[in-house]
Amino acid sequence: MDFETTKAQRAAASTKIVIAGGFGVGKSTLVGAVSEIDPLRTEALVTNESEGVDDLAAVPTKATTTVAMDFGRLTLAEDLVLYLFGTPGQRRFWFMWDDLCRGAIGAIVLVDVARLDESFSPLDYFESKGIPFIVAVNEFDGVPRYPAEEIAAALALPADVPIISLDARDREQAKGALVKITEYALMRLRESLTVNAN
Amino acid sequence: MTPPHEPEDEAYRPRLIRSYTLTAGRTAAKVELAMEATLRLQAGAEAPVLSPSAAQVLEVCDRRSVAEVSALTKMPIGVTRVLLGDLIEQGLVRIQATINDSTSTDERLELIERTLRGLRNY
Repeated sequence: MDFETTKAQRAAASTKIVIAGGFGVGKSTLVGAVSEIDPLRTEALVTNESEGVDDLAAVPTKATTTVAMDFGRLTLAEDLVLYLFGTPGQRRFWFMWDDLCRGAIGAIVLVDVARLDESFSPLDYFESKGIPFIVAVNEFDGVPRYPAEEIAAALALPADVPIISLDARDREQAKGALVKITEYALMRLRESLTVNAN
Repeated sequence: MTPPHEPEDEAYRPRLIRSYTLTAGRTAAKVELAMEATLRLQAGAEAPVLSPSAAQVLEVCDRRSVAEVSALTKMPIGVTRVLLGDLIEQGLVRIQATINDSTSTDERLELIERTLRGLRNY
């Protein structure tokens, strides 16, 4: 078999970045601002009692509900598509996060400075899983602006985690956040190589 | 989720009539299918007689991701995965690579670099 062909077949054709943050912080807005398609929605079935996803065979009589995840799509090259997945906000749907985050380049944690506490859980999640993340402060109109250092301190962010501010409605700024998390993920991966080599 | 039809037979327990009737009750796919994984129709494969839901998945899946197929068919992600797993096993569909636990660091680097180049030009 031709080597180049097999190499092309092995190369990933798609990848993803996860957009996290509290309810109403602008996750869907950010996805919609850069996506080339109107954001789509996929649903997973959840059994209320077990909080296990799609586990109906074992518990056929339990009530079920659905958890929705919105996502967008960016075709970056003929052979590469990037998907943006917004995380379901509520704490009880966190089991979906492992599914969403497996294989992700990294995550953008959107923050509303008026409700900083809502970003603690997502930050803890990505830190504990070792998933690269950046913090993006969504600056709504009229919201007082704080220096990045103050926000980083209030969130107890590790020193190397990038923190940016943006207007999630703005395509270029949303794109900038995607570039930032990808650069950061690349830097982290290269650093891990250097550490391993020494 | 509305089941495609209501059972006539009362002996069939109504609570079981859910989306997983489309998959004969199976809840796990036979292959690992990441949300973002891209599907491709296998060239030259001849489709056997498929269930309406499987046929619907087959019709929309080419060059789309698992999540997109779920969204477009309005089937839950778990159901979509089971149906796609069957189509892959039948040789009708193949799945393109994504990052997973067995991805080498070189492949991971290469993908992130390609993504960065693509984003900067997007």
